[in-house]
Amino acid sequence: MSALTALLRELAGLFVDDGSLASAILAIVAVAGICVVLTPNVPLLAGAVLLLGCLAVLLANVLRAARR
Amino acid sequence: MTTASFAQIGSVMTAVFLASLVEAVEALTIVLAVATVRGWRPAGLGALAGLGCLALIVVVLGPALQYVPLHVLQLAIGVLLLLFGVRWLRKAILRAAGVIPLHDEATAFAAATAELHEQGARQMAHADWLAALASLKAVLLEGLEVVFIVIAVSAGRGLLIPASLSAVAACLLVAGAGFIVYRPLARVPENKLKFAVGVLLSAFGLFWTGEGLGVPWPGADLAIVVFIALFLALGLAAIALARRPNVETIR
Repeated sequence: MSALTALLRELAGLFVDDGSLASAILAIVAVAGICVVLTPNVPLLAGAVLLLGCLAVLLANVLRAARR
Repeated sequence: MTTASFAQIGSVMTAVFLASLVEAVEALTIVLAVATVRGWRPAGLGALAGLGCLALIVVVLGPALQYVPLHVLQLAIGVLLLLFGVRWLRKAILRAAGVIPLHDEATAFAAATAELHEQGARQMAHADWLAALASLKAVLLEGLEVVFIVIAVSAGRGLLIPASLSAVAACLLVAGAGFIVYRPLARVPENKLKFAVGVLLSAFGLFWTGEGLGVPWPGADLAIVVFIALFLALGLAAIALARRPNVETIR
């Protein structure tokens, strides 16, 4: 059982290293999804939110980690 | 075949090859540690068992994915690739900037060797089993990352064969080099490879997440090239901004 738990933890670790970064990326995807629903006539708005959001989140996370 | 599809095949094969190189080097370090402490038999058997598990996962998962609707697959895999790629890119940036230490295969080899010696002293009767298990675990866990990347970047695009061939070529290259030099491949510029793979996978993840949400990216597949350029530029800028003093070289 502990081996299975360890394996599952390792699997989760493939995608989540820093919890705040993963949460922020998921939040950006959610906001982009909401944009698709609310502004179907401007589909590129969701793309812009996704692109700029991910770049901004990554940069902010790296700079915060560097300041610690 | 269009220019875009050449660009896509090229970037998929490059991403898979570089990612597989990194993972294979890490797995090789542990397998070599097992071989050094307990001999090639447990190291080889463990590695083969790990490869068998991976083959089973590919055989079961690969065909099952064709039953998932394409946009759902794109969104799910896109988000996972984005998380995976950005995680690698963040770590590579922080390592290159000197914020966290570089991964060192020689240190990992020494740690694994010491742990195997300690395990062997504590449980003599099961020492070979434990050594084989360590080898299996290394191949399985590092291999799972390769399998995920291969399936993720090729799913729904008909690129499973070129992506798989890239992964196999990288693993054979590392295994051959490891067999010849018989020590950890500590001189592989792992952080640069990780940075490059992080850039590529983040770009693929962003593209497919958008496609899954229904975003009509301008230029279709060529948008991936633009995303690669943007993540690369941001990564280099982030290294410069986060750099700690006295970091002279970036491996």
